[in-house]
Amino acid sequence: MTRGDDRSFRLFTGAVAGLILVTIVGLAFELSRQSALSIAKFGLKFWIGTTWDPVAGNFGALPFIWGTLYSAILALLLATPIALGIAIFISELSPRMLRQPLAYLTELLAAIPSIVYGLWGIFVLVPLVRKLEIALPASLRKLPLFSGPPLGVGMGTAAVILAIMVVPFTSSVAREILKNVPMAQREAAYALGATRWEAIKAAISYGKTGVVGAVMLGFGRALGETMAVTMVIGNSPHVSASLYAPQYTMAAVIANEFTEAADELYLHALIEIGLLLFIITIAVNMTSRLLVRRTAR
Amino acid sequence: MKRTAVLFLAAALFACGPKEQQTTTSSATLTINGAGATFPNPIYSKWFDDYRKAHPNVQVNYQAIGSGGGIKQLTAQTVFFGASDMPMTDAQLKAAPGPILHFPTVLGAVVPSYNLAEVKEPLKFSGALLADIYLGKVKKWNDPAIAKLNPGAALPATDITVVHRSEGSGTTFIWCDFLSKTSPEFKQKVGAGTAVQWPAGVGGKGNDGVSGLVKQTPGAIGYIELIYALQNKISFGAVQNKAGTFVTASLDSVTAAAAGVTMPDDFRVSITDPDGKDAYPISSFTWMLFYQNPTDKQRAKAMADFMKWALTDGQKETQALSYAPLPQAVVDKEMQQLQKVSS
Repeated sequence: MTRGDDRSFRLFTGAVAGLILVTIVGLAFELSRQSALSIAKFGLKFWIGTTWDPVAGNFGALPFIWGTLYSAILALLLATPIALGIAIFISELSPRMLRQPLAYLTELLAAIPSIVYGLWGIFVLVPLVRKLEIALPASLRKLPLFSGPPLGVGMGTAAVILAIMVVPFTSSVAREILKNVPMAQREAAYALGATRWEAIKAAISYGKTGVVGAVMLGFGRALGETMAVTMVIGNSPHVSASLYAPQYTMAAVIANEFTEAADELYLHALIEIGLLLFIITIAVNMTSRLLVRRTAR
Repeated sequence: MKRTAVLFLAAALFACGPKEQQTTTSSATLTINGAGATFPNPIYSKWFDDYRKAHPNVQVNYQAIGSGGGIKQLTAQTVFFGASDMPMTDAQLKAAPGPILHFPTVLGAVVPSYNLAEVKEPLKFSGALLADIYLGKVKKWNDPAIAKLNPGAALPATDITVVHRSEGSGTTFIWCDFLSKTSPEFKQKVGAGTAVQWPAGVGGKGNDGVSGLVKQTPGAIGYIELIYALQNKISFGAVQNKAGTFVTASLDSVTAAAAGVTMPDDFRVSITDPDGKDAYPISSFTWMLFYQNPTDKQRAKAMADFMKWALTDGQKETQALSYAPLPQAVVDKEMQQLQKVSS
């Protein structure tokens, strides 16, 4: 190995890294260019408009932005405790014999294709959720969170499916983090008289930054998930806080309407939704990095 | 390590090599690519398969991506032919690089299917009633408007769950075209198109998505192509036509709808809400579209030959899949139009 080899290796890896930057910039550029008509016509009103009328050529993205963020946040609320619980159980509490099989099963969940989740959602989850929705006592159904006819499809079902899809990612990253907490930390906690649970808490707070990163990874997946969501969310562009109401997400509307969008403005509006999703994903990632940096101090 | 890598690469190239040669130099198999509507997908699949058996050197690839997609790809010339349930508009024809011909292939029907276990007899609907349901004005099954058309039916007090298509579709166009003709309010508020702004309801993906949602949700109503209702054994209602008769969709009633309309020379016509006592009012032609003067003469001839087969032998296979065959007068006129295709 000569110094020339070193330099060419550096150039090569530098070029590959640069390629990623070029791809992202190119993506942003193309998305903006291909949505020019829609940006010109609606401007910033696109972010807050609520009509989606392809016949009249009137488009607004608010129902989709709402649906995407709401479903992702709900999925996160459901998935994080479960994923952390699984991670803690596998890495700290379970008998050594069970660790590998449990870890393998959780990771298997991540390997299942999204469309399979969608089909399972339609045939198994939707009727089940419908029964639960009907069974909920009438006093709770008066709340805005549970209002509306019990259809089975809706925000609630989408949140459940997203949560199931997010759990394996968050739990496997959290498990790695917990495994890397040095034994010294735990031994120190026990030496100070901590119970099992307090020692675990100490370990988690040591790996806090990584755990937050794991949660954000799950959030990113939940934001972009398309096929599973479109099959169970009801595909109706309305802003609603209710878990019963059919709603719509950005990825779902693009997947559904892209092939039929025959006129230019319609197409540009859909691509602008793609651009919005891109921007929101970057914003979420930047926020998570800020959070991580803040908690690391 | 380096040697094994080189050997592996060579083996991979060898594996790809001969196959590549086959498709580029061999003129034995001619591939024709098309894309478009999902409404006639069952019959087109059967046709392309049977035609391949009869003519092994011609293979037709069809992608059911939706009517709008078919028109878009045909205009962009990424496919040789398109298929649509909605005839191309003047603006779309003008945007194309050359003149495009419309060829009606089969007739189909869109039916209002519903899920009401308590009701045994098929319900009767009028266009105005269906429009009110889809506008969200009629909310329960025991509404007086429904009871008026169905005296004696045991209508439950269930909420109506409206199901529509989530993606753009020609089936949506046929449905909205009919509702716009029978309800001025629907025409003004929603209009006709392959994707519209639905005032109410849940979106399902494809005819199968809507069928699935209707089948699973008690009290749901959805519009689907006739064959999906028959094959999935979902009840569907009779619709009142312009003459006032309540007609159930069937091959005869669909053919009656086509018979009642004069076919213009460019074959672009809507047959929803036609005259005729026995006509089913939510029927439609579906069209294959291709260029009148394509540069690829070999494919043009193959396409013309396929159309001739579809208009003669192909028509015999339609009934088994619940599509109505074309009236003979229309077939004759299309054969004349085929002469115009330069090949």
